[in-house]
Amino acid sequence: MAPVLEIQDLHVSYQSREGVPYPALTGISFGLMPGEIMGVLGESGSGKSTLAGSLVRLLPPNGNITRGAVYFEGKDLLRAKPGELQQIRGARISLIFQEPSLALHPTMRAGEQVRQVLAAHGSPGRSALNDRIRQVFALVFPEDVDRISRSYPHQLSGGQRQRVLIAQAIACGPSVVIADEPTASLDSATQMEILGVFRTLRERLGLAMIFITHNPALLSGFADRVLVLYGGQVAECGPAEAVLSSPRHPYTKALFQSIPEASEKGRNSHKAKLPVILGDSGRPSLPTRGCPFEPRCTERMDICGEREPALTNLSASHTVYCFKYESGSI
Amino acid sequence: MQPLLKVEDLVKRYVRKSLVGAREELLALDGVSFKILPGTTFAVVGESGSGKSTLAACLACLESPTSGNIWFEGIDIAKGGESVRRQVRPKIQLIFQDPASSLNPRWRVLDILIEPLILQRKFSHKEMNLGANSLLERVGLSPDIAARLPTELSGGQRQRLAIARALTLEPKLLILDEALSALDCSVQAQIANLLTELQSSLGMTYLFITHDLAMAAHLADEIAVMNRGRIVEQGPAEAILKQPKHDITRQLLAAVPRFTRAAPRALER
Repeated sequence: MAPVLEIQDLHVSYQSREGVPYPALTGISFGLMPGEIMGVLGESGSGKSTLAGSLVRLLPPNGNITRGAVYFEGKDLLRAKPGELQQIRGARISLIFQEPSLALHPTMRAGEQVRQVLAAHGSPGRSALNDRIRQVFALVFPEDVDRISRSYPHQLSGGQRQRVLIAQAIACGPSVVIADEPTASLDSATQMEILGVFRTLRERLGLAMIFITHNPALLSGFADRVLVLYGGQVAECGPAEAVLSSPRHPYTKALFQSIPEASEKGRNSHKAKLPVILGDSGRPSLPTRGCPFEPRCTERMDICGEREPALTNLSASHTVYCFKYESGSI
Repeated sequence: MQPLLKVEDLVKRYVRKSLVGAREELLALDGVSFKILPGTTFAVVGESGSGKSTLAACLACLESPTSGNIWFEGIDIAKGGESVRRQVRPKIQLIFQDPASSLNPRWRVLDILIEPLILQRKFSHKEMNLGANSLLERVGLSPDIAARLPTELSGGQRQRLAIARALTLEPKLLILDEALSALDCSVQAQIANLLTELQSSLGMTYLFITHDLAMAAHLADEIAVMNRGRIVEQGPAEAILKQPKHDITRQLLAAVPRFTRAAPRALER
């Protein structure tokens, strides 16, 4: 099966006010299969939001895609004409952002906001539009479809607002949805509900999804595959089960160990020191050479600071970028 | 041991009058009672809208409760007037979720740290600068950042700075209102360790407000579960986790996105 979206060697950098380029992504490659949920896990500064924006060329004015390709339906989006891109963005590939209260128009009814998306991508008749809006709302709201469609954003709860954004995103029947921290501002019960909505949509519409988050707990039982980003590079990528339960990259391992566990067995770490990753993931502390995690890595070797680790296949689907697993490199 | 804080039957009612004169009432706190022993951590867990943050605001003397008592070191701050509150405020400090919006973006780190001291009018400039430097070290920041702006710091550094500012007046009680929620996992662990360390070195008392049960269980001695302005269940953290009695607690536990490690902890601390 061919991937629906294929990212090849993507490089993005931002220009500082002084004109100095800061690399944000350096060589990201992966493919998204039809109907697949790919969880992208990364902390602040890892480049995860840059990834979301660059896939459909929605970067801030100082962001530049310097190298690479993003293939969608046989076309390289990075080289597509603005008109072509307009046809794809929001219709074939749509985006969902973190803060639903910022992404929605405050004085426009929810239904109207979905109507605008539909109208922007073709103009079917009024009754066809209304039918489609009702259809889309029925997909994301279990009940109260008409009331919610007539409501203004401030009359809706955080979870309902996020569902309106999802309705906008799926209105035109896209094949790929990119969601950047879509549940970060919601409490845990609502988070789980929204994940449930995404799963239903995947089953019913066959949506493929890139789900970006900083919270590994959200991905277990939800994502099919997990891609771990660190310092603008892929650290590890593989089936969710494998990455989450037996991470191989030193960064992924250390990250997971720093999360306290709440289990029926009680607490095994009460007020004990949590194992932490020393240092900061902020941009200035990243090395210019070698593996980006090298300065904070507890398992670093001499070679790690010298050049970038290459991709190593641990299994057919689990890959890691770390010298520990490279054979014959040392 | 005498509790540091004792809350009795606390009620906070918000009344909103619309233009046509219709009254709308919201009972944000509906008879909340608990006490916190000095040097311990008390976690309040609940969904959004359960009244957690209203509780924090009442305890920090930012809101006046409708009825009930808040005994802090034997003084009732709910009943006391402004002069009582003025005495108590330095001893209870608040730390919020988003340090970026609780730190003045135009002030240097040093100015942020010494402002509480200036307001107390008890210290010379030299004392204040020395105090600020030692506070920075205390929370794991380098004194070199004293001249920086908050926007030049990372999220974790900003939250450390917010903690340092809260510690300036040597408070007895720190109220942490979702103070870890906006941080990355690895940074959460760093700040959680800092809080634990400060508790053992300074004997700090924490009121930890969160929706993250796992972190609450890690940090707290006792957990209270809130729903619609009431505490529905309260007890030692261990018991709440092992044998949740109330439906709301069970729902909360079930709703926690569960992250379980299969592999044993291999990493050295």
